[in-house]
Amino acid sequence: MNLYWSVLTVLALLAITAPAALLFGFGGATAARSRVAPLRWFGKTYIAVVRGVPDVAFFLFFVIALDQGIEYLRHHALCPEWTDPIRQGNDFLVCQAAKMPLGTAPQWVHETYGFALAVLTFAIVFGAFAANVLFGAMRAVPRAQLETAESYGMNSRQIFRRVLVPQMWVYALPGLGNLWMVLIKATPLLFLLGVEDIVYWARELGGAETPRFTDYPHGDWRVWYFLALLVFYLIFTRISEVVIDRAMKRLTLGQATTGGEQQRKLA
Amino acid sequence: MAAPDGASGMSCLQTIQDYGLRAIGIGERLLPREGFTLCEQFTLIGSGMIWNVYFGLTALVLGFFFATALALGKASPRWWLRKPSTWFIFVFRGSPLFIQFFFAYFLFLSLKSHYPFFDPFSSAWLGALIVLFFNTSAYSAEIFHGALQSIPKGDVEAADAYGLSGWARFRRVIWPTTLRLAWPAYTNEAIFLFHATTLVFISSFPAWQQRGDALYYAGYFADKTFNPFIPYPILAFYFILLTLVIIGAYGVVNRRLNRHLPSANRPKLRWRFNMIR
Repeated sequence: MNLYWSVLTVLALLAITAPAALLFGFGGATAARSRVAPLRWFGKTYIAVVRGVPDVAFFLFFVIALDQGIEYLRHHALCPEWTDPIRQGNDFLVCQAAKMPLGTAPQWVHETYGFALAVLTFAIVFGAFAANVLFGAMRAVPRAQLETAESYGMNSRQIFRRVLVPQMWVYALPGLGNLWMVLIKATPLLFLLGVEDIVYWARELGGAETPRFTDYPHGDWRVWYFLALLVFYLIFTRISEVVIDRAMKRLTLGQATTGGEQQRKLA
Repeated sequence: MAAPDGASGMSCLQTIQDYGLRAIGIGERLLPREGFTLCEQFTLIGSGMIWNVYFGLTALVLGFFFATALALGKASPRWWLRKPSTWFIFVFRGSPLFIQFFFAYFLFLSLKSHYPFFDPFSSAWLGALIVLFFNTSAYSAEIFHGALQSIPKGDVEAADAYGLSGWARFRRVIWPTTLRLAWPAYTNEAIFLFHATTLVFISSFPAWQQRGDALYYAGYFADKTFNPFIPYPILAFYFILLTLVIIGAYGVVNRRLNRHLPSANRPKLRWRFNMIR
């Protein structure tokens, strides 16, 4: 049963992370082309730093860093009378009330919290990639389109909402499609973040030597479980490819690009 | 933290002697247990980079030739060459490297229990290397295949006009042009590959006698100190350094590949960092 649950976990992660990363990306890209200098620096640094470092390291780093950050903030808010330093040698100590989640919380809270941290980490890392794609896409929208909008008397916010954003998707889609593929292929890393995902279960269920599973009348089946996972991912990426192709055709319709022109001539 | 006295310079040299080659089993046997100094973290994580460089470099060099063969196979008009190459590329590009590592490890484990020949395959130096080799071959083959398809028609026609055909045409015209076109993308592939080597020991391959790669040691320190803010930035520092070296080396080759072109036409190397595969 838990195995099916873990497949759902992976799908849920994708379903939540993809929009969240897109949101982070949109924010990052908008910040990176902002007129306000500190905001622009922030956007550009975010994109550059996250993309420059192996992301596995980021996955390992962010989970601890976010967890400690949240506990640190709660510690300061909830236990102002606590005077001991938080970092004592090799220990990270906060008061009981600041523990996240609370030690007394039921199991599902712990699991949801872990999952939420995983989603946030994925969103931060993939948001940077998405920001880079969207930043490029916003620049790729032909100048003439924006100038036409200006000459119609739209202000910059209207241009952004009515012209730039609707048109940028066709330029962003190839990049976002790649990103989606990469995101699918990054989901096994959930395992590293301590979420009981399909990798975890393939290892546990398939293994024969763990005493918990000695009831299973088979030998080492982990090879087959991982083969199944491999096939699962292959099918998943293949379907995505087909869907992205369709979406690209649909988005190209009526755009001021060679693709759009071709479709116009065929019609 | 390190004792900031005059002896710390000396003791750091000592640490480098003890742990500089720890990742390949030379030097001190036990890892530091407590009172981790910055020097120890730098040394051990740096020592782990030996593995990352070994995996990356070997897979890249071997993969280059296999990728060329695969790309030619995929572009071949003969179906018995084209189908296997296309499938190979699809399988290795379409599934997560992380799962490939797991699968390969357990595959080698079960093969090992039947045939003693497969003994070394379940250790990282060979088993993980094979996975990385196949993986980078598939990705590079796709890049080379794309370049092969976009060779200017005129170049091939000119070769025909000179009476070049078969092997001579391939070696003198098609192959150099393919490389020239593929090189910027291939540079990115090399960078991704080196980043991907960090997955070896955190997937299933065991770090025998705690001989692991840079991420393995960084994780060790983060685990022991509950402080991710020191080991992971050190790891990032090493990787950024490595990335700069790769970009430099590939830049030299790129200049050589393009040396016959007028300088304005030379494609600039553009690098995009870091995607998981």
